[in-house]
Amino acid sequence: MSSHVPADLQYTKSHEWVRCAGQIATVGITDHAQHELTDIVFVELPSPGRALAAGEACAVVESVKTASDIYSPVAGEVVEVNGALAGQPGLVNTQPYGEGWFFRVQLAPAADLGSLLTPEAYRQHIGE
Amino acid sequence: MRLKRTPLFETHARLGARLIEFGGWEMPVLYTGILEEHLAVRRAAGVFDISHMGEIQVIGAGAESFLNQILTNDVRTLSVGQGQYTLLCNPAGGVVDDLYVFRVDDEEYLLIVNASRVGADWDWLQGQLDTTAITEVIRLKDVSSAYGGIAVQGPRVAEFVNDVFSGGALRGALVPRVTDLRKNQIGIFLFNGVSVFVSRTGYTGEDGFEIIASAESIAALWDRVMAVGQAAGTRPAGLGARDTLRTEMGYPLYGQDLSETITPMEAGLGGFVAMDKGEFVGRAVLAAQQGGTMGRRAVAFQVTAKGPPPRPHYAIWSAGPDARALGHVSSGTQSPSLNCGIGMGFVPPSHAAVGTALDIEIRGQRVPAVVVRKPIYRKPV
Repeated sequence: MSSHVPADLQYTKSHEWVRCAGQIATVGITDHAQHELTDIVFVELPSPGRALAAGEACAVVESVKTASDIYSPVAGEVVEVNGALAGQPGLVNTQPYGEGWFFRVQLAPAADLGSLLTPEAYRQHIGE
Repeated sequence: MRLKRTPLFETHARLGARLIEFGGWEMPVLYTGILEEHLAVRRAAGVFDISHMGEIQVIGAGAESFLNQILTNDVRTLSVGQGQYTLLCNPAGGVVDDLYVFRVDDEEYLLIVNASRVGADWDWLQGQLDTTAITEVIRLKDVSSAYGGIAVQGPRVAEFVNDVFSGGALRGALVPRVTDLRKNQIGIFLFNGVSVFVSRTGYTGEDGFEIIASAESIAALWDRVMAVGQAAGTRPAGLGARDTLRTEMGYPLYGQDLSETITPMEAGLGGFVAMDKGEFVGRAVLAAQQGGTMGRRAVAFQVTAKGPPPRPHYAIWSAGPDARALGHVSSGTQSPSLNCGIGMGFVPPSHAAVGTALDIEIRGQRVPAVVVRKPIYRKPV
């Protein structure tokens, strides 16, 4: 089954996506990831104000069968989390790039976006 | 070790199943999604591959006495065509396996055992046979690899299951139609000219049947059930849904809720131990536990706050101030029917009463839960 990989986002090998607007980066998990995880029943998000390093485990997504760590693709401070996921964790399955976003960070001054994957590189990474 | 494949492996591949290892077998965990498959079984019907389960025949004039000495339930209460849930215990009362025993004929019994325990059960039965004082004929036969099986479960199954078979039962419970079988009964029916075992049993809490047939005919049987059940909304269901369905019922899973060091009394399965039937393996320990005290008891619980689902091995704490560690979760999941965390676990008897507040430790956080009666989920009537 072919996964959706939007052209306007950047990606990680651990299946997160990032949308940058100025110094604010929105983070979620990819369509491929939600499909692999199957029905998501709970999402644990980082607290606003928490400083994250790139690659730091900062959220947990739970399907019926397993709990999986989510890693911050970028360094920065959490400024907002998606409160809707508390009541509707299934949004991650149905709208992984939209209403199913996880959190927003204010990018750290030294944040390095260069190591993120392009849509083409991510598509290759998941074998599509 | 190479994983074993059931005779339905090609069927699962065609249906696009996601496969996992379970008890040494490569099994479908889901086809489209666990929640969807779970709810299909609760509302309509689902079909499970249970070919990995083991089948052991016990035949001969001494079969009944032999089984009654090694199983906890009273085999003598079974008339032909009747089955019962029972446990195989070691002398310390620990559970070697939990299983179903069916009396297929006067001197013929069929044991349906856990996939992961076929080898252990076989060795145990052989050892018991070697030392038994019974002089009448007892023959054991492991026919696990000759048979496959499917479970057809759900409230709408009775609408279509008769269409799978031709004619009434040939042996076992001599009923005219499959739907005339009562709970726990078994009959031998004809499918495509081949005789198959059909019992009114399951692991989901729903009405339904388990069908054991030769490995060669099981794929055709699956296709037939799916075809006649299509109008009722029948769907393939994987081990993921099987686990959430049985957990909602509070049914134990061997290896999590039962083991060689857990007794039926500790597991809350005393109702399947016939203490009055005379001597049987493990009886002394189980009788002492029944009349005295135990260090731990299995409880069913429901999480009372929004939170991550409980999972096996998570710690259970007493609630309130001076919290102390009580035990661990043995089975836990998110209940698709109740939409909250549920599970089973072991705690001291002091904390086992229904209504007792507990805390489940999930990644360093305490999530509140309460001890509930089994089944954890009851269908609205």
